[in-house]
Amino acid sequence: MKAVLERGGAAALALEGITCSFAGAAGEPGYTAVREATLVVEDGEFVSIVGPTGCGKSTLLNVAAGLLAPSAGSVHVFGQPLAGLNRHAGYLFQADALMPWKCALENVVAGLVFRGAAREQALETGRAWLRRVGLEGFGDRFGHQLSGGMRKRVALAQTLALDPAILLMDEPFSALDVQTRVLMENELLDLWSADRKSVVFVTHDLEEAISLSDRVVVLSAGPETHPIGEYAIDLPRPRDVSEIRLLPRFIELHGRIWRAMKSEVLKGYARQRQ
Amino acid sequence: MRGNGSRLRLKAIQIALLAGAFLAWHVLTSPTLLPPIYFGDADKAAFFFGEPLKVFSRLLDWFVSGEIYRHLWVTLIETLLAFAIGTLGGVGFGLWLARAPLAAAVLDPYIKAANAMPRVILAPIFMVWFGLGMASKVALGVTLVFFIVFFNVFQGVREVSPVILANARMLGASPRALLRHVFLPSAMSWVFASLHNSIGLAFVGAVVGEYLGSAEGVGYLIHQAEGVFDINTVFAGILLLTAFALVLDWAVTILEVRFMLWQPRAGETEKL
Repeated sequence: MKAVLERGGAAALALEGITCSFAGAAGEPGYTAVREATLVVEDGEFVSIVGPTGCGKSTLLNVAAGLLAPSAGSVHVFGQPLAGLNRHAGYLFQADALMPWKCALENVVAGLVFRGAAREQALETGRAWLRRVGLEGFGDRFGHQLSGGMRKRVALAQTLALDPAILLMDEPFSALDVQTRVLMENELLDLWSADRKSVVFVTHDLEEAISLSDRVVVLSAGPETHPIGEYAIDLPRPRDVSEIRLLPRFIELHGRIWRAMKSEVLKGYARQRQ
Repeated sequence: MRGNGSRLRLKAIQIALLAGAFLAWHVLTSPTLLPPIYFGDADKAAFFFGEPLKVFSRLLDWFVSGEIYRHLWVTLIETLLAFAIGTLGGVGFGLWLARAPLAAAVLDPYIKAANAMPRVILAPIFMVWFGLGMASKVALGVTLVFFIVFFNVFQGVREVSPVILANARMLGASPRALLRHVFLPSAMSWVFASLHNSIGLAFVGAVVGEYLGSAEGVGYLIHQAEGVFDINTVFAGILLLTAFALVLDWAVTILEVRFMLWQPRAGETEKL
């Protein structure tokens, strides 16, 4: 799929002036989750989006995926306006999105089957991906027979098996325990560095954002969320997420971004308490 | 349920309870054993409640002479046909309606009315339409099974997690693939949950239909015996139907275990 893409220097993903309003119940005012948000992700770039809870990060990601049509603004994928679902994107959801009635291998190959791949070949690719995420021999397990971390790996393999040019990730590791999380983050970096997909990684965890990304975008508190700051992360690669957190440069970046975020976090918290 | 010993004891108590019930039945109805306390005439208790020994000899008679097999076969076929047709119809209609909100909204009050109606009362109409043979019994069973399956499928499709749905769409599933890989499996888990109910109702449809008018089947046998006040044969028919229903239920359990592998069962551990 990637080979036939006309990239021609266009950004992998360009969201311009995105506004998302949701109609309120009868007699109540509508709710504007995102207002005038612009976000550009270059080809091969790893961008994290951070912001306080409930600030519309997922809304922005759904717009990029084509699952949600914005009220205003435009979406371009490799220079082409987006109509319908974004076929160049793979989406890793926050919640468990595996089909519980399919075993791990069947889940991994689901996308290939949906796109009309020959079954034998799909199974071959699926097994290879299970191996790459460290789940060789677990192909015949069902969701309830796997741990949370294993299920996330299956979901990762399911998404990556389609070899998407863009990877959208919505707090994918937020439900995992700390140790599993660090392992998964390192694994993600390994997989990403192999073929440098464009990644949009949504998280509320600033440390995770800095240790993974090339660039961190900070969103304001909702409603009417919009980006309020962008920070280039010039830490060397390859990185080890558990060690990089100790570097002075990491601490300095963390301090700078946190100062920008702090007032928004407090604002979001105050609004939620009302 | 702590170990083999206690399970064995449980079984023993269960069997003793059954034997006790039959013994009490025998003692309370036998004209020679029973002092006339309630009924003035010693034969009256036997007339109303039958006598277990005669009931069993009637059952034995049926199986030895082979007379019963034809009737059991008819009842079984009616039950299975009603079950199969009702389930297929319910799944098809449920899938369609759950994906067609306008049609669902239009049909909603009529479906509720059709479900609320005591449908056993349709039996005479089916007899007129389909005759006294198998078809009218199958039709009655279908009306009973259809709604259970339909409501479960409808619910199953509606309850598909939006995340699983969005994920399948992002993976490139066409509407047809969504139906096959997402909606149908989700609905089937609800259908299987209701399988015990629906096979039971298919059985009810068959037996009630036979009872109301037919020339074959276990329900017909009971009806015939009742007509000549042969209470022992009526009880024999009831016992036979109960055993038959237990066998059907057991078959459904086996089917369930076979097809619902992906569902977690409580306290399940890995078998080495």
